[in-house]
Amino acid sequence: MHGITKRFPGVVANKDIDLVVQRGHVHAIVGENGAGKSTLMNTLYGMHKPDEGTVVIDGKPVVFSSPSDAIAVGIGMVHQHFMLADNFTVLENIVLGSEPTHAGVLDFRAARKKISEISDTYGLAIHPDDLVEDLGVGLRQRVEICKVLYRGARILILDEPTAVLVPQEVDELFANLRELKAEGLTVLFISHKLDEVLRVADEITVIRRGTTVRTVNPKDVTARQLAELMVGGQLPVPELRESTVTDTVELTLDHVSVRTPDGRPVVDDVSLAIRKGEIVGLAGVEGNGQAELVEAIMGMRPLASGSIQLGGQDISRWHTRRRREAGIGYIPEDRHRHGLLLEAPLWENRMLGHQTERPNSRGPWVDRAGARRDTKRVVEDYDVRTPGIDVTAASLSGGNQQKFIVGREMSGSMQVLIASHPTRGVDVGAQAAIWDHLRNARAAGLAVLLISADLDELIGMSDTLRVILRGRLVGEVDPRTVTPEELGSAMTGANTVADGAPS
Amino acid sequence: MRERLNRLLLNVIAVLVAAVFAGGITSLILLTRGDSPTFVISQMWDYGTQRSTELTIMNGATVYYLSAVAVAIGFRMNLFNIGVDGQYRLAAMLAGAFAGSVSLPNGLRQTATILVAMLAGAAWAGLVALLKVRRGVSEVISTIMLNFIATGLIAYLMRPSIFGHRFGNDVTTKPIPKSGQVGGLDLIPNSGGKVYGLILLAVAVGVAFHVVVNYTRFGFDLRATGRSATAAQASGVNVKKMTAATLVMSGATAGLVGMPALLGDSHSYSSITFQTGLGFTGIAIALLGRNNPIGIAFAAVLWSFLDNSATILDLNNIPKEVVQITQGVVVLSVVIAYELVRRLALVRQQRAVGRAVAPPPGTPVVEGAPA
Repeated sequence: MHGITKRFPGVVANKDIDLVVQRGHVHAIVGENGAGKSTLMNTLYGMHKPDEGTVVIDGKPVVFSSPSDAIAVGIGMVHQHFMLADNFTVLENIVLGSEPTHAGVLDFRAARKKISEISDTYGLAIHPDDLVEDLGVGLRQRVEICKVLYRGARILILDEPTAVLVPQEVDELFANLRELKAEGLTVLFISHKLDEVLRVADEITVIRRGTTVRTVNPKDVTARQLAELMVGGQLPVPELRESTVTDTVELTLDHVSVRTPDGRPVVDDVSLAIRKGEIVGLAGVEGNGQAELVEAIMGMRPLASGSIQLGGQDISRWHTRRRREAGIGYIPEDRHRHGLLLEAPLWENRMLGHQTERPNSRGPWVDRAGARRDTKRVVEDYDVRTPGIDVTAASLSGGNQQKFIVGREMSGSMQVLIASHPTRGVDVGAQAAIWDHLRNARAAGLAVLLISADLDELIGMSDTLRVILRGRLVGEVDPRTVTPEELGSAMTGANTVADGAPS
Repeated sequence: MRERLNRLLLNVIAVLVAAVFAGGITSLILLTRGDSPTFVISQMWDYGTQRSTELTIMNGATVYYLSAVAVAIGFRMNLFNIGVDGQYRLAAMLAGAFAGSVSLPNGLRQTATILVAMLAGAAWAGLVALLKVRRGVSEVISTIMLNFIATGLIAYLMRPSIFGHRFGNDVTTKPIPKSGQVGGLDLIPNSGGKVYGLILLAVAVGVAFHVVVNYTRFGFDLRATGRSATAAQASGVNVKKMTAATLVMSGATAGLVGMPALLGDSHSYSSITFQTGLGFTGIAIALLGRNNPIGIAFAAVLWSFLDNSATILDLNNIPKEVVQITQGVVVLSVVIAYELVRRLALVRQQRAVGRAVAPPPGTPVVEGAPA
């Protein structure tokens, strides 16, 4: 790919991208969220045409006007979100859209044979007649891979393939990728998990602000150097200074369990206490019950057993609104789904979650003037870059949306803050600012529960660090001494964590 | 402020484009029949601006307005109340039976009748709410079904042994005596009739809708839920409670739809002549008026104008049903136009914000901050 430029309304998503990928390589493309990785791959897959630049495959320039053109020259894409029909078998899913027919009748025999061949050749270990709904995430992903191979792909694009996988599944995936490579296939691997990239890639291209920064050999760089290439400068360091932890317990979870509708425990007997001025970090591989625990604390999910106390009061049966009014702030993991009304103006978003409190309302009435005034305050104090408070939340960048949410949730008389991935998907500047706000709030006596996938953030910003695995708290480590590697292996349950130094 | 004006202007343009488009399609159809569109328009305009037609337009619009507001209340929360039709018919029938048989002092009687209608509409919609909140039944399905059940229930209740009275060919509820009726207003002089007195009720409903949606916490919760149920839930809105409350409110408003005609004109509920289908018209008008109390008022008047002025066409051997094509095309094209405007406005704003907050070219980008 050479000189690729793609413009979208208002932004240039890709600019002068140069990317050379060798056949039989696993080539990783890394960059921050919003750096333009997905735009680039969508261009390569024919989802949209580049405004400038050329794509050359095996020496021949190509122009794609749709993904089917890309498939025709052997490019296949596995999306981050699987596109499989649950109630179909593996076979049916794979042939869907290119059904083999024999005199107008579906001919599954040839397809079944071909799928088995593909599965054997690349060690995918899938069975054509399994129902997709019975398969785990890792297997589903291999079905997706098989699907693109079935259509004759020689170049595979994997968009954030490890985001949904647990570590063992990641290992299996990487083994599959090596098989594919050995058979002469080319893999483009998009990720922002640098340690994984370093493990699997033959070459790494870094993208920043829509353009290619450098292509490096994984043997020559460390994860930190890669990260600095990604953000283009010194990384801000998450760290706490002197301890502000007090003896007053603010939030207590007492043997809390949460079950799925079908009765599977997702949070299992969790007991936790957070004191005023303390940040308790919760480390765990995503999908180990953190999201459910947060929703249970916020009253969005019923407890199966156990209780939650806020400042000595049992709030287990309180509704979300009452908990919020009592002073629990909430930075949700998915700000678009849970944190914002995207098409509402900023000042209405200031009210969201606090619509029953001053200065946003007075009795049953909305206090427009008060809400607007306070929105201006949040925008100023938290450095939200916006031309005004009447623009919709959707028109702000992710980092500014997040700063706005942080500001909102720290307004008023908050006692507890539940911060779920507070710096996910924001640029470095916003990240540093959010850390500052967390530190200040902690110093002012806020009790914070911090959940993050960023181990450096967890270690640097926590006074106490607990590890969650399959819904259970399995250990406590000392954030002052633990290394990311040790924490990582604790999160996967590789070794039962020995208690760190007394905290 | 400028942004809001721009947006309003865009929406007005959208409506005009949709109207021109609908006019064009209708003209094409008229031309294929060999009729002159300009003749049709002038005929409709002449007839529609006569005093007596203005009166029927006004009365029709009053009823349409109530129906559309009932639908719009649901729409603001992404609930599709197709059951306004059943709700208002059942409400009108029960209110008619109530007003004809109960004797209460003047004033109180009318008020009580209206309350009965609201309660009946609310109760019928309450069934929908119950099904949705408790059992997760889509309100689209249950409201459609309940429309049919309402028809059956009304037929049953209108048997002479219950509420019905034979009146020639017709079966009606017991006529409401003078003291239980609502007199008309002489708003259009020389029209040979009076505007429904309950037009004031329609205005009050519009004002209340506007105030509740825009200025109360309840309205904020309602709009928030309509925009994003997940975000609303995380903000502490009890989505189930809101769903139930909204449906019940929509049903209570639907109960009012039959009142202007019942108390101001027919004075009894008739199995044959009482107007049906208003609930469905309300859906179209709510869409046309963008669920906005003022927009709906314009849409209701436009709709009623088309309906009533078209009756002249039959005298000229042109089927008056041609205006139904106009109405249908207007609604479809206006919905598309609104959506286009919405997206356009969003993109424009994102660009404007991008420009406004971008650092001036040449400034070095600050990377991070000292921690």
